[in-house]
Amino acid sequence: MEEGLIEESESANACTDEAAPALIAVHPTESSVVVAVGSELRVFDLRGDSAVSPLDDLGGPHHSASIRAVSFSSDGELFASAGDDKIIKIWKTDSWNCIRTVQSEKKVSAVSISQDSQYVTFADKFGVVWIVSLKEDRDTKAVPILGHYCSIITSMKFSPDGKFIATADRDYKIRITVFPRNALKGAHEIQSFCLGHTDFVSCLAFVCSQDQSKGLLLSGGGDLTVRLWDYISGSLLFTCALADEAGNLEASEIEENDKRAVTNICASSDGSLIAIAVQSFNGVMLLSCDLLAKTVSFVKNVSMEKSYIPTSLALVSSKERLWTVMGASNLTSSDLTNNNQQLLTRVRIISFLRKDPLDSCSRDSALLEDSEVPGGEKLLMQLQGCLDAAAQEAAFAAAAAAVRTSLQNMMIKKQYSVERRELRKRNRNDKKIKS
Amino acid sequence: MSARLPRKRFYRARAHSNPLSDSHFPVPICPSDVDFASHYPPQFSAPVVRFADVGCGFGGLLVALSPLFPDTLIIGMELRDKVTEYVKDRIHGLRATNPGHYTNISVVRTNSMKYIPNYFHKAQLSKMFFLFPDPHFKEKNHRRRVISLHLLDEYAYVMQLGAIIYTVTDVEELGDWMKSCLENHPLFEAVGEDDISTDPVVKLLISATEEGQKVARNGGQTFMAIYRRVPSKED
Repeated sequence: MEEGLIEESESANACTDEAAPALIAVHPTESSVVVAVGSELRVFDLRGDSAVSPLDDLGGPHHSASIRAVSFSSDGELFASAGDDKIIKIWKTDSWNCIRTVQSEKKVSAVSISQDSQYVTFADKFGVVWIVSLKEDRDTKAVPILGHYCSIITSMKFSPDGKFIATADRDYKIRITVFPRNALKGAHEIQSFCLGHTDFVSCLAFVCSQDQSKGLLLSGGGDLTVRLWDYISGSLLFTCALADEAGNLEASEIEENDKRAVTNICASSDGSLIAIAVQSFNGVMLLSCDLLAKTVSFVKNVSMEKSYIPTSLALVSSKERLWTVMGASNLTSSDLTNNNQQLLTRVRIISFLRKDPLDSCSRDSALLEDSEVPGGEKLLMQLQGCLDAAAQEAAFAAAAAAVRTSLQNMMIKKQYSVERRELRKRNRNDKKIKS
Repeated sequence: MSARLPRKRFYRARAHSNPLSDSHFPVPICPSDVDFASHYPPQFSAPVVRFADVGCGFGGLLVALSPLFPDTLIIGMELRDKVTEYVKDRIHGLRATNPGHYTNISVVRTNSMKYIPNYFHKAQLSKMFFLFPDPHFKEKNHRRRVISLHLLDEYAYVMQLGAIIYTVTDVEELGDWMKSCLENHPLFEAVGEDDISTDPVVKLLISATEEGQKVARNGGQTFMAIYRRVPSKED
């Protein structure tokens, strides 16, 4: 009987079509917004005030499975999307035309564009980071440049000066690698490891002083902390534990065995404004980083409606706006699809108003109503799939549960009891054949 | 009689262990989290390990290196639980029967392919040993090999400039693989024949290890690759 139970739970874990959280990315000058949900890229051009359908004149394949990673280049000219369909698509953001489709051997978990927009890097599910040069001909293949040993890479970011590439993984590690001038030959020189998280690392964000002389790195993870690192030396400068802040939330219902993890982080470049999303928390937590004192402090929670647990955040420093999205793909039931079988997402925006123009740290935050959203109904229609997304509470509750389960399955280390390990040994396949 | 040396037959273990599976033993969060002081007697205050024998097996090399480098701290790293226990008991037994000796060697149970940076700071090690590693013949299992281009990045990170990496195997295919990984890595350079012939450690690679003795008994061939950590050639 016990064996039956184990088999069952294992086959449940083996389900590979896990729910993928909806992602949001905003152009650095806020000229366009992208929501990725399932295999769909929903683009809204804010400057032209119109919905855009990304096109591939080269005839490459479109995304056919969940998109797991999206990224704008720092100058905003390029955009990259990649995911479970093992293709990476690189888009020109002026026309939203695809300029390159790259094949990966494995599913992709992270994608990034180098600061000079010459290279696109992506991480596959075995923890290998590959690079594609955009300089050369169309047919250049991706080459591996570094590897986290068979660990899922959860986040990959270039340092603001472009000299380093930071990769975070499920094995609690953050690796800082020198990004060489000839990156196609591999990135073998490790500058440092930032070690201190006591659970998986889920997200990274670089911050730096205005003259760029001192850059630091922020990370969030499954231990419900945000940590500040001197990434050149790998030393941990500050740990901001958020268990109390997350625990005191009246609105959120903490379920038993519920893992509270920081799932997403974004920061203004000077660190004065940090926004994080937390597993099962209906809203966004705001923090602030003091680059001189090297501290991170909790500022406040911005709570949203009960069923709204953001799956992705994007901060546009210049416009003082935080874009958030919630949604999921691959749901087993059709909970999150409306009649047209379109995947539902919900977009919410927090606007920050400086109280005092001279003091960059004091801000008022306001959650925008749907009527106040830039781009208005047209934008919501394009990005959410419908206008009355707020009414679909049950659907979003299902999405939140699915995203939570998939995160658990992917990130939490499997811990087997001694008895279970013994049982698994006894049931080894090679032994079965012999007997 | 805890002083008696352990007998291998009481520590029977599988020949192989899957380096890819999630570890269920405790892993230090960072190098300063490792309690090396508990591994070595108090005369080594604030111990800094300089040699690492990765996949130390039954500890033959550790025991042979100990008298050769009495002031250098050496750690063996082994994934198999029972084998680690054997090495631990062997070292305790040796320390008890030879007071004052074998105090500079110890062993940890860990997966070095995943956790090398959790144990050592940047540029801490001056020698690393990879003796008779699992060959993993199938191509789909090549990623389980302990020497690979990507893992060498991490080994290079914990090795100081000029540090030496020793690899040896009795499997020609694996020997070629390890050599080509090291040859193609920009942070390693082959050690010259002259240096190899004067290095007292090289002889031990085969004579001191259980696997090496087995190969010698059977008159088999061994394939060595010995490389030095060099600075990045960029710029």
